Amino acid sequence: MSEIDPITLSVLSGRMEQIADEMDATLFRAAFNPIIAEAHDASHGLYHATSGDTLVQGKSGLPIFVGVMSFAVKAVIEKAVAKGDLQDGDIYIFNDAHVGGTHLSDMRLVRPYFRDGELFCYLASVGHWHDVGGAVPGNYNPAATDVFQEAFVLPPVRLARAGEVNQDIIDILLRNTRLPQSAMGDLNGQLGALDLGIKRMDELLDEYGAVTVAAGLDALGHRAEALMRSELEGLPDGRWEAEDFLDNDGITDEPLNIRVALEIRGDQMTLDFAGSAPQCAGPVNIALPTTVATAYVAIKHIFQDLPANAGVMRPINVLIPEGSLLSAEFPAPTGGYTETILRMIDVIFCAFAKAAPDRVVANAYGTINALSIAGKRSNGQPWVMFSFYGGGHGGSPECDGLNHGNAPISTATIPPMEILEAAYPVMFRQWALRPDSAGAGAHRGGMGAIYEIEVLEDNGAEAFLFGERGRFAPQGIVDGQNAALNQFTYEQDDGWKTPPLASKMRGIKLRKGQAVRLETPGGGGYGKASDRAASDVARDVARGLVSAEIADEHYGNAWREVPA
Amino acid sequence: MSGRMIGVDVGGTFTDVFVLNERDGSASVAKVPTTRPDQSGGFLDGIGREVSDLSEISVVVHGTTAGTNALLERKGATTGVICTEGLRDVLEMRRRDRPRTWGLRGDFEPVVDRRNRLEVPERTLADGSIRTAVDLEAVRAAARQLRDQGCEAVAILFANAYANPDNEVAAVAAVREIWPNPHVSASSEILPEIREFERFSTTALNAYLQPEVSGYLGRLEHALKSRGFDGEFMIVQSNGGVMAVDTACKLPVRTALSGPAAGVIAAGYIATTAGFENVITGDMGGTSFDVSLIAEGQSMLSPQTSIDFGMVVRNPMIEITTIGAGGGSIAWVDKGGLLNIGPESAGSDPGPVAYGLGNDRPTVTDANVVLGRIDPENPIGGKLERLDVEAASMAIDTHVGIPLGLTTLEAAEAILRVANSRMAGAIRLVSIERGFDPKRFAFMPFGGGGALHAGAMLAEVGISRAIVPRYPGVTSAMGCVIADMRQDFVQTINSLVSSLDETTLGKFMQSHADHGMALLDAARTAFEARELSFELDMAYIGQTHTVSVPLTITVEGGKVTPPTKTDIGAAFDSAYRATFGRLLEKGVRRILNLRSAVTGKRPKFDLQTLAPTTSGTVSAKANRPVHFGDAWHDTAIYNRLELPVGTVIEGPAILEQPDTTVLVEPDLQARVDTFGNTIIEPSEDHS
Repeated sequence: MSEIDPITLSVLSGRMEQIADEMDATLFRAAFNPIIAEAHDASHGLYHATSGDTLVQGKSGLPIFVGVMSFAVKAVIEKAVAKGDLQDGDIYIFNDAHVGGTHLSDMRLVRPYFRDGELFCYLASVGHWHDVGGAVPGNYNPAATDVFQEAFVLPPVRLARAGEVNQDIIDILLRNTRLPQSAMGDLNGQLGALDLGIKRMDELLDEYGAVTVAAGLDALGHRAEALMRSELEGLPDGRWEAEDFLDNDGITDEPLNIRVALEIRGDQMTLDFAGSAPQCAGPVNIALPTTVATAYVAIKHIFQDLPANAGVMRPINVLIPEGSLLSAEFPAPTGGYTETILRMIDVIFCAFAKAAPDRVVANAYGTINALSIAGKRSNGQPWVMFSFYGGGHGGSPECDGLNHGNAPISTATIPPMEILEAAYPVMFRQWALRPDSAGAGAHRGGMGAIYEIEVLEDNGAEAFLFGERGRFAPQGIVDGQNAALNQFTYEQDDGWKTPPLASKMRGIKLRKGQAVRLETPGGGGYGKASDRAASDVARDVARGLVSAEIADEHYGNAWREVPA
Repeated sequence: MSGRMIGVDVGGTFTDVFVLNERDGSASVAKVPTTRPDQSGGFLDGIGREVSDLSEISVVVHGTTAGTNALLERKGATTGVICTEGLRDVLEMRRRDRPRTWGLRGDFEPVVDRRNRLEVPERTLADGSIRTAVDLEAVRAAARQLRDQGCEAVAILFANAYANPDNEVAAVAAVREIWPNPHVSASSEILPEIREFERFSTTALNAYLQPEVSGYLGRLEHALKSRGFDGEFMIVQSNGGVMAVDTACKLPVRTALSGPAAGVIAAGYIATTAGFENVITGDMGGTSFDVSLIAEGQSMLSPQTSIDFGMVVRNPMIEITTIGAGGGSIAWVDKGGLLNIGPESAGSDPGPVAYGLGNDRPTVTDANVVLGRIDPENPIGGKLERLDVEAASMAIDTHVGIPLGLTTLEAAEAILRVANSRMAGAIRLVSIERGFDPKRFAFMPFGGGGALHAGAMLAEVGISRAIVPRYPGVTSAMGCVIADMRQDFVQTINSLVSSLDETTLGKFMQSHADHGMALLDAARTAFEARELSFELDMAYIGQTHTVSVPLTITVEGGKVTPPTKTDIGAAFDSAYRATFGRLLEKGVRRILNLRSAVTGKRPKFDLQTLAPTTSGTVSAKANRPVHFGDAWHDTAIYNRLELPVGTVIEGPAILEQPDTTVLVEPDLQARVDTFGNTIIEPSEDHS
């Protein structure tokens, strides 16, 4: 490996990040489906030619993809190397989550980049397609017991060979989705992003030469590794454990635990998930690549200034027990992977808080609450309103948690209420912060939300919910307290009901004028509640975010003596 | 009309005044320190330096940061909100975002305290039907409560008020009857557009700014008048157009990007006049580098911006992308041994190490000083006798050279290389996000520092030439004098093309036109021309992002002839095809919003009046060594303003003027065009 001067490295680092950013921008602009176009549920990056490790990742894509994409590339490398005929202009495509992580909605495209006849690196693009077949439109099936009920499964196959696109593959894809137009638009966008990446790599290598760029990529990996090691060395040695639970798997009403033992020795760290629940029947399983990627997301939140490449993970050993729900085997369903990885991040934060309390925040609300309300209009037109809902973030060493934030694995924003009301026959009776939903602490959690949605359609509607945190609350850290539970209720002729499985339910029949009500958790508290300034408590009470009784219970009554 | 037209731009450090004498076309500029907290001191001082008799002034146009600062520093008025039952927290909940992707830290305080957000029974549905009529007794009670709680301004924020404003209109009338001042804003008046958070936020921020901004502008107007000024006082809006001062007092939120917008307007005019229709501007200040793109003479507008996390203003604004790489940005080496620039900045106070005002960490300006690119004997800004080159060198050694094993000069070159690379990255991304190839554009640096980096932008981005305006340091003030008068209007329509009520659309268009023309009529300026433009935001059903569809509309005697469904369908098809290449078979077309703009074209002054009057040849006033690449080059120094039209100077050279240094690197040349702009391009020997 040739040496590279630090200034060229600074410049190269910025240039390569920009290539990935430009690929993101290209897809966001071109994509047809709002999950990519608006929620940015997509990502792009550059990957190592032989190991598939992440070299550079775009800044604007979804956080969870930062770690998971290299598995998609590794899968292609395995397949292509086995066949031994990888060519310039080949493009692989697949959605198989057991091979590439996350869930089947995420379509991955992997394209080798050749320079002077030699494989230099891979470029990859992933995006969440609107529909990929299966039992439920949009693929969020809370009762799936295998992948075939979730979506159609495409293993890594060659979409293009030496620059020639294989129309047969596109025909298969488009025949297996309810929304072929949207799928075609997204596919074109992803192909366009890869084309742009190739063009930009050519320009970069023309300017700096392949040897320098390769040396730069190596050096960036080493540098990230060195940074991570120096961070770990600054932390105490020891072993800390944490555990939390999923409500159930949507099939059987039994809690599923996720346990981590975090060990720091010198400049290395181990995350051992031994003792976590075994693979389950319902869709809260996750495949091994997802688990590793999630560890990476948690690490990236804790060490937020570290660069996004595989070097960061070299000093970190992630141990995942075989047969657990964190390494589910094909064809176990994985559609609800978001809930499980949110819980993984929660336990990693809780364990880390014991090692370095000033480096982490308390648990966020911990569930994406995928709520769907669907029906037929009087003219027979079907409608489906599908969205994820927000909650509070955890208190931090510096301040209270953010009210009504997005999930740690995502950067998606929520659609405006008025857009939803204009598009679907519903009315929000309430769209508000949820008082008393945050965990108490020196810095309390952020508030969760209340959404109460009334059906306006004469034909009524049907609702389904895929949520979590109905039985186990988001945790506080450093003696901070837990937040409120997720609470879902729905209106029937004889009053308000709650689902038997707390946070998951299918086929709730609603008449015109009836509503569902989602009350989401806040974030956990940070630090002892007794350390909270009385004036802050008084202000929360005056603002109606914390009730007087709850304030007395958690903070004592000193707040009553001070001005708000 | 005769007299003087004056543009005043109040920046963080300096207040710039540009004076155009309409009688003889001559222009002059003044730069005075900005006064704080009341900017009117510097404002009046600056005008006073150039014009002794204020009655000679026909118009004063002001680019102001008063609104921006009040938002950033949270110094607006105590504001109350009266809103639909169930929706008290929309301002605080935002669109469920977070400040930064990584770290999950940070919280958010909306500008209106929850105690001052009161709900009243009322509800309009998305189709405009009223489900619950507004309870006016409750509205009055809420208004009284807010007044008693010390609110100075109030915003009325009702659900779906874009679809039917009746409930809001009734509520606003009830509040205005009892509210002690004019600071009452209603969401359907400020922004009748779908999306409650964006509409509520814009309206609440408008209310929050009203007392502060109208107070400031009122004081200025009063002070001008008491000194004999009898002309017209106008304010630059974020969209790059100007508005009358009373409109600005009602819609202060439209001044959020007033100052920077004026700069881009001037840059566009200068570039177009000089023959460059496509230009990327780069304004380098103390803490940031602001990039904006002008294609075919038109600056890009973005529909909204976030002034800070969660503080969304939705109004057409000149699109400006900012990165933290200004002259005061600090260079530092991170734990992994990589050199970084910013985002931390020494700003202008204490400023670069060389200023000797207490900062000891090296900045981009310090690198320019150490390499001889800035003359230490003639510091810009006039506060100092001489720049401290030794201190700058020592800081570069300590913080960059020693950690990276580089000599002082190598370290200084490295700082510039990384800073230039980041600036070039911003230029590339701004153009690519818009679908343009930056190589087709010219680069126009303005602000004090940009012209030092022009050559680097040519090399890094592959741009063929840069154009440095004759007075780059007062571009924004000049923009105030150039900008047209413009008002924007929006109305959500939300209808399929097939079921559109053409009469209703026509009524909205007519009302926008009437309202806009009335504002032009009220102005005392004589307009060269008036323009009306209409656009629809449209998409296929199911699609997220809309396409702007310009309509060709005939207006005769002030009467708008509304388009037919067929016209609209055809206009959509052509706009959609231009954006995405092909139409969607069987796609159902939908209209979301109507956007109208009314523009009064102000007479333009002839830029040639700014051109140099000198002729013949001018020789260098001095020579000094300047470092480029890896060697010192003996470099000729010229007084830029003395260079006659047509002069060509081969690099390496430095052209100096009181507030700007233009750097001409080896292998580049500088040419003075007929307007006094300096065109930097590859030397003919090398091109």
